[in-house]
Amino acid sequence: MTQDGVNKGRRRFLYIATGAMGAVGAVGVATPFVRSWFPSEKAKAIGAPVTVDISRLEPGEMRIAEWRGKPIFIVRRTEEAIANLKSDELVDRLSDPNSEVVSQQPEYAQNPARSRSEDLLVLEGVCTHLGCSPQFLPNVEPQSFDENWMGGFFCPCHGSRFDLAGRVFRGVPAPTNLVVPPHMIEGSMLTIGEDTA
Amino acid sequence: MSTNKPAFMQWLDQRLPVTNAYEKHMSKYYAPVNLNFWYVFGLLATLVFANQILTGIWLTMSFVPSADEAFLSVEYIMRDVEMGWLIRYMHSTGASFFFIVVYLHMFRGIMYGSYKKPRELIWVFGMFIYLVLMAEGFMGYVLPWGQMSYWGAQVIISLFGAIPVIGDGLTEWIRGDFLISGITLNRFFALHVIALPLVLALLVVLHILALHEVGSNNPDGIDIKKHKDEQGKPLDGIPFHPYYTLGKLPMIIVFLFVFCGVIFFFPEGGGYFLEHANFEPANPLKTPAHIAPTWYYGAFYSILRAVPDKLMGVIAMGAAIAILFILPWLDKSPVLSWRYKGWMSKTAIVVFALAFIMLSYLGGQPVTDLNTWLARIGSVIYFGFFLLMPIYTRMESTKPVPERVPAK
Repeated sequence: MTQDGVNKGRRRFLYIATGAMGAVGAVGVATPFVRSWFPSEKAKAIGAPVTVDISRLEPGEMRIAEWRGKPIFIVRRTEEAIANLKSDELVDRLSDPNSEVVSQQPEYAQNPARSRSEDLLVLEGVCTHLGCSPQFLPNVEPQSFDENWMGGFFCPCHGSRFDLAGRVFRGVPAPTNLVVPPHMIEGSMLTIGEDTA
Repeated sequence: MSTNKPAFMQWLDQRLPVTNAYEKHMSKYYAPVNLNFWYVFGLLATLVFANQILTGIWLTMSFVPSADEAFLSVEYIMRDVEMGWLIRYMHSTGASFFFIVVYLHMFRGIMYGSYKKPRELIWVFGMFIYLVLMAEGFMGYVLPWGQMSYWGAQVIISLFGAIPVIGDGLTEWIRGDFLISGITLNRFFALHVIALPLVLALLVVLHILALHEVGSNNPDGIDIKKHKDEQGKPLDGIPFHPYYTLGKLPMIIVFLFVFCGVIFFFPEGGGYFLEHANFEPANPLKTPAHIAPTWYYGAFYSILRAVPDKLMGVIAMGAAIAILFILPWLDKSPVLSWRYKGWMSKTAIVVFALAFIMLSYLGGQPVTDLNTWLARIGSVIYFGFFLLMPIYTRMESTKPVPERVPAK
């Protein structure tokens, strides 16, 4: 076929215009496929607050509740544990002792104990590194991973450590403190997922 | 071309290039005469792939991809389905053997420089196969919905959360939920049984087409196309079929012996092929005390754990895989095979292989100070092997490569 008299500029323009239209179409077609991967309405709807009776929770004990499929750690701290939270020996080893990363807790938990009342700790039991659930090791005793262990949480997956307020240690893979979920206490009833003003 | 071809073949060849393709890829595809033991693993990988496809199809007939039913349906396959245990063990053992033969196949490529010009694309396609295989293995491991399935998925998907800004949204998008759930399980099932196997099959075709375009390398790295006879056949080449197809038959039989030995006597592979924690149904509230990936991801998992920072750890792990892709351009040696390279390359390859084995082992071990330091040393060796390659392959003196394949 002869190429004489071909307007190359116009041909290039038509190529690009056709290609651009095709690209727009491809994005349009891709949209439903990409969108369908987002959480569905059903998944979004499951997430109602959970209420737990904590009247029988003894000092030093932990109970695990489930909220939005996540383990929620509810710990009644002992007097000794509360005192330890403020010791310089511990605070010096933490990476965010004053809970300055605001995304990790509601405003009312931005205190050394990271809780509404000092004795009751409520945490999402999900490591901020890669989502494993840390182990509860409340006693002050040497551990294989830490000789000066003062009680707290240890993630078995990658060795991240947190104190008994969920505050992360320095030099571990987890970047931030454990999350304190919104919660409120009415008498002996603890509600997770809701915090009325 | 012979004229006494059967009428049916003549009819067929005029409509579909059957004879043509057979000659191009089998009877007139000339492979070097000096291919050794290491050249069986590509063939074995294809064999295992076929095993995975066949047993996989059969497993889908009894497996139920839902959070409530998945674990039970696997137990149903194991206990109630006629010979279901065998089909499942063929599949689970096949997964580990797939990685064994692929790792040996890749190591062969590294020893003999099979990734070097003009075979860069074969290596790159092969790396894509390896990458898809890792995704395929991971998603398959999630399906039985045991404790290790669940928490393995939790950790691996959380890796994407380390990406700044979009990380959290991206993990939600991958999971389709705010946590790992039946929704995640369902989509992994779809990807595992349809999407990724299709991609894998396509990549295998590309890998082989690229190989047959340039021809096989050999342990001496000699270009057999340089010396041809009057008919244009390489003097140091022999037809792939029947010499290599049937010639490799004894080794395939040995492989099948080992494969069946594992299936029938050690289907759990000592907890490496099927981890013990996975015989407990998924529990979103409790992470197993010791969580470890299956052995074939161990090296990369070790590299992740060696870095005491979330984002940097994920980057290091990604880089460890990504750097394999550019291997063909890191090797500046004038020769292909390590037989003719200097002592530095030989040492580097051996030390690298040992480091990779150590890292793979450490990936399944608990976090201790000693293990962390060993993993750090291993990671430095791993990256050092690649990053220093342009230097040591240039510096060292190489031996001259013979023109023809040396007589034994």
